[in-house]
Amino acid sequence: MEWIGLLNYAVFMAIFIGIYALLAIGLNIQWGFTGLFNAGIAGFFAVGAYVSAILTSPYAEGRIGGFEMPVVIGWLGAMVAAGAIAWPIGKVCLRFRSDYLAIATIGVAEIIRLVIKSEDWLTNSARGITDIPRPFGDLPYVQSQLAYLAIVAAVLLAAYLLVERQIASPWGRMMRAIRDNETAARAMGKDVPFRRLEAFVFGAALMGLGGALFAHLNRAITPEAIDPMVATFLVWIMLILGGSGNNRGAILGVAVVWIIWSMSEILTDRLPAEMAVKAKYIRVFLIGLMLQLVLRFRPEGILPERQREAEISTDSAK
Amino acid sequence: MLDLINFYLVPGIVLGSIYALGAVGITLVFAILRYAHLAHGDLATLGAFLALAVVSAIGLPVYAALPVAMIVTAGVAVGVDRLFYDYLRERPKIVTVMASLGVALMIRSLVQVIWGVDAESYTRGISRPENWWGIRLKDREIATVAVMIGLVLALQLFLLRTKWGKAMRAMSDNPDLALLSGIDNRKVVTLTWIIVGGLCAASGYFLGLNTELKSLMGWQMLLPMFAAAILGGVGRIEGAVIGGLVVGIAEELSVLVLPSEYKAAMAFAILLVMLLVRPTGLLRGKVL
Repeated sequence: MEWIGLLNYAVFMAIFIGIYALLAIGLNIQWGFTGLFNAGIAGFFAVGAYVSAILTSPYAEGRIGGFEMPVVIGWLGAMVAAGAIAWPIGKVCLRFRSDYLAIATIGVAEIIRLVIKSEDWLTNSARGITDIPRPFGDLPYVQSQLAYLAIVAAVLLAAYLLVERQIASPWGRMMRAIRDNETAARAMGKDVPFRRLEAFVFGAALMGLGGALFAHLNRAITPEAIDPMVATFLVWIMLILGGSGNNRGAILGVAVVWIIWSMSEILTDRLPAEMAVKAKYIRVFLIGLMLQLVLRFRPEGILPERQREAEISTDSAK
Repeated sequence: MLDLINFYLVPGIVLGSIYALGAVGITLVFAILRYAHLAHGDLATLGAFLALAVVSAIGLPVYAALPVAMIVTAGVAVGVDRLFYDYLRERPKIVTVMASLGVALMIRSLVQVIWGVDAESYTRGISRPENWWGIRLKDREIATVAVMIGLVLALQLFLLRTKWGKAMRAMSDNPDLALLSGIDNRKVVTLTWIIVGGLCAASGYFLGLNTELKSLMGWQMLLPMFAAAILGGVGRIEGAVIGGLVVGIAEELSVLVLPSEYKAAMAFAILLVMLLVRPTGLLRGKVL
């Protein structure tokens, strides 16, 4: 039955698109609405994945754990932990231009990677954490995948609605004001570093949640599960291509980029082994090139940020 | 005491010289072009592998490969600027930072396609250190520090004495005033990239000479190089050198108190502490 296989694959892809969409919305809060450059998405993702895994997995020899908490607690814990790591970094770096934040987030992601790789008692280092419970994991494969897709979709929808609401509120207007004209916003009495910190922590928490969803999907998490630079960069290209500042654009960008990315993997896997390895790196090269092309020819993305009426009326002031 | 010097201070100074070469480039881009160049480490990787190509394909002696790699990498840096950064000049600078992250990924995957992911080295065999009154130094370690000092002195002379060096300093101090006084922005940008590309190649080359060549070697240097540039004060060449040496020595000394896996955390700690306590750096540089 060919179409069952195809359907399974589509569901699998859709789950990943959902998880990446959470990351992209998290990044959209940071970059699209606030103008913060986070180059350590994979770090916050990994923190979420590991925290949720530690909170929910059964006891294992030689590492901390055995809390066996409900999955929902694990996900909340993932968000709190990712936000808690973002807080001090943001506190130090957000007083300056976003360049400093870019460097610091690269550093955070690197340190998180080191901790995960070397702290046996916490993360079981290279062997990773296994036996992570998966909601509806006892069902047969197809039903279980569909159920997980439903959960991811529900989480994504909730995140989307919450963020949209937040962005349409006075808070969202203030954030755009800070992004577009920091001096004016400051003159209006807005506490710019603190507001940026809010957005940075909020976005990081969503990235942590994405990591948790990923860990529970695979029932296991190891340091090699994601390539930090490629994962971070994929989310960036998804957001920029889809349209930063527009959540629907972000989700569309995720779908487009993820479908191209995983389809091209199927193609390159069919090449002879010698070429397949090179083709893997050529794909990464092309993703980098794609960012340059989007920045050059369509910097606003497929679905540009909606111009709100209040913003248009300010044009007369030029 | 001698053990402390031999096992920690000497490697620290050598590593610090390598960071210093990179940090000088970062500080120049930060001060003159006004953005954080995230492809700096991977440009250094490219320079190191270009030198490897010169050594293995043409068969030049190892030290002769350095100038060739510096010239070619300088060309690559100018090309990257023309292709990917130039048209972003009117946009917010952070967009160029993003483009440079993309360039970093592109350069890294190119290196992986061409040279593979296995560790390489310029020479086979073990080089034996010589004994200088109890302090053991290898030839290549002396060469690293000497070339670093030579390049930085030459750069300082160039910036202080020549017309174009003065133009570069003027762009760094006050770009509007510099442009008004008739300095050709495009030439300054090109010149900056030539210098930065050459320095990048030198730092990658010496890292490869003292350790081994890996496709991620440069990316892993990025954080220490930035920490060094900010520690010294953005825009200050001598600051970047001091910063590089401090970060290098601190990383080697950290092994005394921290597990060696966390060497890289030292640079990050220095970066955060400096941003917290004295963002202008030791020598009063710029804060963007």
